[in-house]
Amino acid sequence: MVATRLIARPACRYLARASFTPSWTQARSYAAIAKNDRVAKFLGTKGNDGKYTVTLIEGDGIGPEIAQSVKDIFTAAKVPIKWESVDVTPQLKDGRTVIPQEAIDSVTRNYVALKGPLATPIGKGHVSLNLTLRRTFNLFANVRPCKSIAGYQTPYDNVDTVLIRENTEGEYSGIEHIVVDGVVQSIKLITRAASERVLRFAFQYALEVGKPKVRVVHKATIMKMSDGLFLRTARDVAKEFPQIEFDAELLDNTCLKMVTDPAPYADLVLVMPNLYGDILSDLCAGLIGGLGLTPSGNIGDECSIFEAVHGSAPDIAGKGLANPTALLLSSIMMLQHMGLHQHAEQIQTAIFKVLAEGKTITGDLGGKAKTHEYAGAVIKALN
Amino acid sequence: MLVRSSQRAAQSLLRGSRPTARGMASVSTDIFKPTKFGGKYTVTLIPGDGIGAEVSETVKEVFKADNVPVEWEQVDVSGMESGSKPSDDLFREAVASLKRNKLGLKGILHTPVERSGHQSFNVALRQELDIYASIVLIKNIPGYETRHKNVDFCIIRENTEGEYSGLEHQSVPGVVESLKIITRAKSERIAKFAFAFALANNRKKVTCIHKANIMKLADGLFRNTVKKVGEDYPTLESNDMIVDNASMQCVSRPQQFDVMVMPNLYGGILSNIGAGLVGGPGIVPGCNMGREVAVFEPGCRHVGLDIKDKGQANPSALLLSASMMLRHVGLDDHANRISKAVYDVIADPKSRTRDMGGNATTQQFTRAVLDKMEASG
Repeated sequence: MVATRLIARPACRYLARASFTPSWTQARSYAAIAKNDRVAKFLGTKGNDGKYTVTLIEGDGIGPEIAQSVKDIFTAAKVPIKWESVDVTPQLKDGRTVIPQEAIDSVTRNYVALKGPLATPIGKGHVSLNLTLRRTFNLFANVRPCKSIAGYQTPYDNVDTVLIRENTEGEYSGIEHIVVDGVVQSIKLITRAASERVLRFAFQYALEVGKPKVRVVHKATIMKMSDGLFLRTARDVAKEFPQIEFDAELLDNTCLKMVTDPAPYADLVLVMPNLYGDILSDLCAGLIGGLGLTPSGNIGDECSIFEAVHGSAPDIAGKGLANPTALLLSSIMMLQHMGLHQHAEQIQTAIFKVLAEGKTITGDLGGKAKTHEYAGAVIKALN
Repeated sequence: MLVRSSQRAAQSLLRGSRPTARGMASVSTDIFKPTKFGGKYTVTLIPGDGIGAEVSETVKEVFKADNVPVEWEQVDVSGMESGSKPSDDLFREAVASLKRNKLGLKGILHTPVERSGHQSFNVALRQELDIYASIVLIKNIPGYETRHKNVDFCIIRENTEGEYSGLEHQSVPGVVESLKIITRAKSERIAKFAFAFALANNRKKVTCIHKANIMKLADGLFRNTVKKVGEDYPTLESNDMIVDNASMQCVSRPQQFDVMVMPNLYGGILSNIGAGLVGGPGIVPGCNMGREVAVFEPGCRHVGLDIKDKGQANPSALLLSASMMLRHVGLDDHANRISKAVYDVIADPKSRTRDMGGNATTQQFTRAVLDKMEASG
């Protein structure tokens, strides 16, 4: 009796939220994506001046400084983009944390945004702003490439991983409750629809960036139903992409092998549920020297937000010490997403050149350069 | 009527816990009563699947050569679909044997992904015997170079609830819910264990690993409980870290960690990351402790089906787990002799197994260990 009650409750909750239609037999056609259409295609168009408008969320702390570097470098490289800065300071509306309507409108209009670090206010009741953004725009996939940077030594070299993480459900469903005092249930939610969407995106991404293989990371030995569903869905989706190799690996093995030697992961795209993706993407960042060097993209059907995932570092804010590399690399991912491959390539080459030379790098990488000096060196290297 | 050694083990685990301790923490008399008959301990041996049979053979040989007063009671339970006896019967036999002997040495059992309705025997065993605390020691072995130096930390993992609760259901086709259960009682129990362990082993710091920024209730309960328990141990430093950050720190600056305590799934992740840091699952020992039973098994739980019967398996993890077991019952001399021999063999590149970059077979490795033990007298 007790057991039924416990289990029935979350189920009801889900059903209540999901405005469920009985047409689940054709659940294949999730969202409005036709089978051959691209998932999360960039929908923006150039304005009358021949430029795309991109929403810029500068963020807190060091955010404005590193955003300035991006702006300067983009201007110098003549990227056809104009920025639309918005403020996303959270507001409390009807007891819920929401972001200002202007920000939402801007992102919706432009289909794409670049975002600096945001400080999450500490205290009860605040949902993290990142989570709010993800929910507001339904950004279902998080893409985290990690590549060793020549010129910055870590115990690992030749890291070149791409990790795609399901971003909307799984362990971070946010469905939790106290059964009785001292007993908490937290629900990991896996749906075929959301799994299918992120998996299809992963295969498509592998095609785009030229990786021959997609690998699912799971723990279906223990979570047979939830991770099992993710895995089965992956096998189904894989059939649609015969040109991409597909396999699966147990989470434990991935952790172990990646830390032992990340080189074999260079030719594949990893895709996984939320929590595993969260942990492994930070692990990969650790392999190449931390979050200051890794870009990130949050992909949605309507719009996508590219961001630096490091903190806002209030202690060094305004001092010109910040390293803008993560935001720069994120902006390059954004250019690729928008189809501006040539500009992306040009700026990326310049950044890697400056980092490899090691003369004008910021303090966190062992250099002495100020943020604007580093940006200046990148601009010089553009040509 | 406690055996001296086990009493010591029990005390060392309980040191520092208060007499007012609530809940599932226990009184000293009901911890660990391995029985000794005719001067020998009877130990349940579960070789497990994959490389289990080969490496168990090594342990048996080494124990015999060193005259360790241990009598094996072997149960060949398997997670694979084979064998003359139904696996469920064997599983029950294993549980009964462990309950009787209170002491076990175990390889890893395979868990098939495809067979629905079949719970992992590894997990079932831990839940059945309530061996709630998993201890995994991550330490560089002298003489074996890895990317990171001076790694020495210890992972204490809650073994019986969390993501491994086994409660899952399909609400409608295509929608699955998997329950993660965190209780205050079990969080408190594992926290006490971790702090007592740190104290008994001269460790300085306990770090609680969690994801309370997202799972505010579940991991929040875990973190707060650990924090509260930590207040009873003023001599130990206590802090907490979010699991994704912890895994990043692990690969960039693993030296900062000492004792880490965490819920079930994170333990699985971090023990594998840890094993990757020091040389792989072949050398990481571990143990699962409960109030009554202690089962020692390789810390980084890999079955090794791919190298089964190829003679490539590295028996170090099981050998070192076995010497942990000997220390647990107070047979320190035997334990030290065996573990020293293992370390000496690993320090010599010639006799390393394939996973450590050598060419030696399991047999040759075993031989080398036996030779070292003989040489040291």
